[in-house]
Amino acid sequence: MDLLHLLNQGLFWFFVVMTVVSAIVVVFSQRVIYSAFALLFTFFGVAALYLFLAADFLAASQVLIYVGGILTLIIFGVFLTAKIYTMDIPQQTHQRYLALLPVVAMLGLLTYGLFTADWKTVTPAAEPTTKDLGQLLLTTYLVPFEVASVLLLAALIGAVRLARPMQEEDRD
Amino acid sequence: MIPTSLTPYLPLLISVIYTAGVVGFVFLFVLFANWWERKVSAHMQDRLGPMETGGWHGWAQALADAIKLLLKEDIIPAAADRKLFKLAPYVVFTGSLAGFAVIPFGAGLIGTDLNIGLFYVVAVSSMVVIGILMAGWASNNKWALYGAMRSAAQMVSYEIPVALSLLIPVIMTGSLSMQEIVAAQEGGFWHWFVFRSAPFSLIAFVIYFWASLAEVNRTPFDIPEADSELVAGYFTEYSGMRFAMFFLAEYGNMFIVSAIAATVFLGGWQPLLPALDFIPGPIWFVGKAMFLVFIQMWLRWTLPRLRVDQLMHVCWKIFMPFAFANLMLVGLWQVLVQ
Repeated sequence: MDLLHLLNQGLFWFFVVMTVVSAIVVVFSQRVIYSAFALLFTFFGVAALYLFLAADFLAASQVLIYVGGILTLIIFGVFLTAKIYTMDIPQQTHQRYLALLPVVAMLGLLTYGLFTADWKTVTPAAEPTTKDLGQLLLTTYLVPFEVASVLLLAALIGAVRLARPMQEEDRD
Repeated sequence: MIPTSLTPYLPLLISVIYTAGVVGFVFLFVLFANWWERKVSAHMQDRLGPMETGGWHGWAQALADAIKLLLKEDIIPAAADRKLFKLAPYVVFTGSLAGFAVIPFGAGLIGTDLNIGLFYVVAVSSMVVIGILMAGWASNNKWALYGAMRSAAQMVSYEIPVALSLLIPVIMTGSLSMQEIVAAQEGGFWHWFVFRSAPFSLIAFVIYFWASLAEVNRTPFDIPEADSELVAGYFTEYSGMRFAMFFLAEYGNMFIVSAIAATVFLGGWQPLLPALDFIPGPIWFVGKAMFLVFIQMWLRWTLPRLRVDQLMHVCWKIFMPFAFANLMLVGLWQVLVQ
């Protein structure tokens, strides 16, 4: 059993390192395109960590929505930015000392929260979570679910309206 | 024969062997499909296709080409983004191969029977899109970039009708597990989901099959690779081993979408008739999947390519309303029946 345990631990740390290292690349890379592609590994690492928490549906949703949807959109956005390599993209650090203040405050807050929070641990459910999730979404949490959908739809329509103002004028 | 101290490791050992077997299967399938596609195209155009290599109908042609690809120089264009250029084929290949983990080849023959199996396949296939964008960008080539952008736009759009039509067998089974979906279709072809609660599931099957053609960038939806206008699309600049990885991923994806269709609509590894169950399940399964692969090839050499606007029109204005209406009707049907 030792080897299996070791393998499990090894995989866990592999995904942890993958998530953290790629997240560092996302933040510190001087080229926007590298930041965008490094997000792929961050999203996958987070999905893998969800799997270690026995949240299989959440893990697959993470990959589908973040990698398949959001990351693709981000990369499209980067592609459509003109002269991406030659442009001076403000990815450098400015005002280091001033920035230190909120960073330290945030770090302190997070650390405080990490050590004082009453972490609720539950044993992973043996049953698939998908069925319960679906039932809850369509009964107890139907209103938040629908509100989120309407919000996204509004954002979509707004984006289309902003993207094609010219057409409106043509029609006039 | 196996020492008891090793028994805890047996599942691990079995999965390693199974994974190696699946990878071997993918390689064999790609070699075969490559040769087969040439033969199919040749016969449809009243030609013979490869006839020399290996003797009988040029069966070794794909093998010879594979060896040639392995020995070719790996060229990286001077203006390319070297890191991303090298990484992209691995991302595409991984995304393609990951899908095979939940393909049910037989009764117990599945990598892992996840209870979200079908959802998992749809999710990991999104990795391929990122890999294609990466390849198109890193090549620093107009054709490659256009190909990648078209490919990504197409795959992202067509993911929606694919997912909507896959939901119909899920509603009928009440499970996302591949093996449970197959088990629900037991007992002769009239129990297969494609024929059950017709016409809804039949429409879903047709929508899935057409939309999956777009997902794997095949004719009539092959505008990302349109050789007559884009040279080869996103892998224009690739050669040798890296080209081979794109090629493997592409044919691997052809098999995956066919295997999913076979699993959720055509009864998976279940025999055509209950009396025919002396033929092992994996043969049924691969047979059904290969038949769908053949239809993909058939269409490729029959139909012309769609324009970009036609492509989007078909997806958003034809497949989507039908898929949504279909989904609601099947939901209603299930509520009334139960």
